[in-house]
Amino acid sequence: MTRVLQHLVLIGLLWAGAVHATIEAYEFDDKATEERFQSLTAELRCPKCQNNNIADSNSPIASDLRGEVYRLVNDGASDEEVVDFMVTRYGEFVLYRPRVNEMTWVLWYGPFVLLGIGLLVVFLIARSRRRVGSPGVAGSDLAPEERERLEQLLEQDKKQ
Amino acid sequence: MRRYVLFLPLVIFLGIGFFLWRGLSIDPTELPSARLNQPFPAFEKASLTNPEQTLTPDDLKGQVALVNIWATWCPTCKEEHAFLNQLAQQGVTIYGINYKDEPVKAREWLKRYLDPYDKVVLDVDGKLGLDLGVYGAPETYVIDADGVIRYRHVGAVDARVWKDLKAVMEQVSSGEGA
Repeated sequence: MTRVLQHLVLIGLLWAGAVHATIEAYEFDDKATEERFQSLTAELRCPKCQNNNIADSNSPIASDLRGEVYRLVNDGASDEEVVDFMVTRYGEFVLYRPRVNEMTWVLWYGPFVLLGIGLLVVFLIARSRRRVGSPGVAGSDLAPEERERLEQLLEQDKKQ
Repeated sequence: MRRYVLFLPLVIFLGIGFFLWRGLSIDPTELPSARLNQPFPAFEKASLTNPEQTLTPDDLKGQVALVNIWATWCPTCKEEHAFLNQLAQQGVTIYGINYKDEPVKAREWLKRYLDPYDKVVLDVDGKLGLDLGVYGAPETYVIDADGVIRYRHVGAVDARVWKDLKAVMEQVSSGEGA
């Protein structure tokens, strides 16, 4: 019986911790709005605590920004309008998924360019290898007497 | 030709080294203001020192000035306050924005530590701070005579920072004179 009680207390304590950890509770008219709120706050970066999104951060500024996102989403703003609102105030920095523009081309397409260069290098190396290797099998450019001496040496090694 | 390829790792190393070395002197917590070279965001807020007065961006126009975001809950604001007083004595125009603070405490603070501000805008709900892109007090902006934001500094203003701010202010006012 005490065992059960202990467990209950323990579970209760864990639960209390979880309740404490949740930040302000927002209520939504419908599921879709709530999902938009979640995905927007997950994709906007907190300007103060730079390795958090505003959904996860406890800093006052993140909580303000969550409030703004909530207000905008409830006012019927599109995702783009919410993102624009943040970018005009805090800059491109707040976007965890940067927009594609001249400034971020390197970021978005750079890896593909590097991949292309890598493939090109592999291709060129492979081609030049084939050309070098084509006249015959490696080692075949030894003269017959050299070959004989090589075989003798190899035989000697085996005996030892 | 073959031999030059041997230098490729060295070149790559130097390239990476250069960027990493550059990275050492970049402070990632210092963000460029998205509001740079834009007019001061619209607001209509009460004045801290004169509650009957309503302040708008027009009240900040007229000369090149500093706009300082501060609050009594912010320890760094206290740190820079004496220096702001010095600047005010030197004749620098400083406007204050009291950011997410309690007006009573803020008035008390100005009485106790002296008031370097020409005008103080009350931003209790933090909306103006949000429109400015403030992400931590204190912040200090340089605005020109038309209220356009020319520079932002995040963190305390001290003698070293003032050098930069002063340079910007001089540049802005000479640009306007020309």
